[in-house]
Amino acid sequence: MQINKNIAISDNGFLFNPSTGESYNLNTTGTELLKLIKEGKSLKEITTIFLEKYETSDIIIEKDYQDFVKILDQYNLTEEAES
Amino acid sequence: MDKKYTIALSGLNAIDSPGPGVAVARGLKEAKSFNARLIGLIYESLEPGVYMPDLFDKIYQIPYPSAGIDVLKARLEYINEKEDLDLIIPNFDAELFSFMKLESVLKRMGISTFLPTIEQFEERHKINLPEFGEKYDINVPASKAIFNASELNQLVSEFEFPMVIKGKFYDAYIAHSMDQAHIFFQKINTKWGLPIVVQKFVQGDEYNVTGLGDGNGNTIAAVPMRKQYITDKGKAWGGISIDNKELIKLTEHFISQTKWRGGFELELMRTKDGKFHLIEINPRMPAWIYLAVGVGQNIPEALTKLAMGENVIPFDKYDVGKMFVRYAYDMIVDLNDYQTISTTGEL
Repeated sequence: MQINKNIAISDNGFLFNPSTGESYNLNTTGTELLKLIKEGKSLKEITTIFLEKYETSDIIIEKDYQDFVKILDQYNLTEEAES
Repeated sequence: MDKKYTIALSGLNAIDSPGPGVAVARGLKEAKSFNARLIGLIYESLEPGVYMPDLFDKIYQIPYPSAGIDVLKARLEYINEKEDLDLIIPNFDAELFSFMKLESVLKRMGISTFLPTIEQFEERHKINLPEFGEKYDINVPASKAIFNASELNQLVSEFEFPMVIKGKFYDAYIAHSMDQAHIFFQKINTKWGLPIVVQKFVQGDEYNVTGLGDGNGNTIAAVPMRKQYITDKGKAWGGISIDNKELIKLTEHFISQTKWRGGFELELMRTKDGKFHLIEINPRMPAWIYLAVGVGQNIPEALTKLAMGENVIPFDKYDVGKMFVRYAYDMIVDLNDYQTISTTGEL
């Protein structure tokens, strides 16, 4: 899974889908997570980064990650990774 | 810029359900290839464009389409004598037919137009939309034109509620019950006459495309927009330019198949499955045309050049993610101006 290439995200978490004109506001964690996914980081890499930065556990990170990706899917913001 | 064109245009009713005239005028005033001297053609003394001297050099009242073509012709002859017009851009659906009928007469008077042909105008009409969709392989919702309110009862099994009740030129209401459907039928009939179009309701997000066809099947301009803020009259009060290849493809298909001549607006609904449904084709530039100007495609300017026989290079890009936000603005108007336009029909 990867984020649609044409999706634009600003530093303050404003996300714009230019093909549909839809826009969304993300909180700080969502912005950070989306940027990491967009950079092509794996769940394992994201977990390491978040564990260093926040007081949390890998189980919580994985659950939040899956929930987040599900929402991105629902809003058609993702696409299949190129093989 | 040496070139100067005197252009008359209508649709100066920049109200809550706005005509495109003021937006078209802004585009013409910003044209880079010619200077535009603009003449406003109005039906009502309180059309806001009447009181915008920065845009319009002169205003003339013209007769309603119901007065007939001969009366309109006489009035245009009078205006042309005074103003020596190069071009007329009519911006109301209801008046387009008269101007199309007068095309050759106007040409003889030295006035150009750049309008769809009567055949193009008729076949895209909302009354004929199902046949249009079938002929050109475009996805349109089922609809039927009816002349009698009793026909509503027969349509329920076919369309189910809610259904959309539309006037032949303007107005559309969503009816959730038979009682509402009858009320809307009568309301629209009183205002716009028959037939009334009953269309299957399509749930989704509203998208629009404005564009310009050269009459030979070529797309000169195309800008898709998503409505962001919709008024209770269904008009876009805010919108954003988008980069949607499917909409551009659909627009090019529409132009190449119909060989559309002139400006237009496609109204579409995007359902949850991502499919676009063409709801309506407006045979003129829309009230939000200034967004197209703002994103790099000055459609009013390009239309003028085509009308004047100039070569126009098709636009191949526009800015994505640019918004328009409409607003209401109170102008302070001298009573003398209102009095002059009301009594003499000119200002």
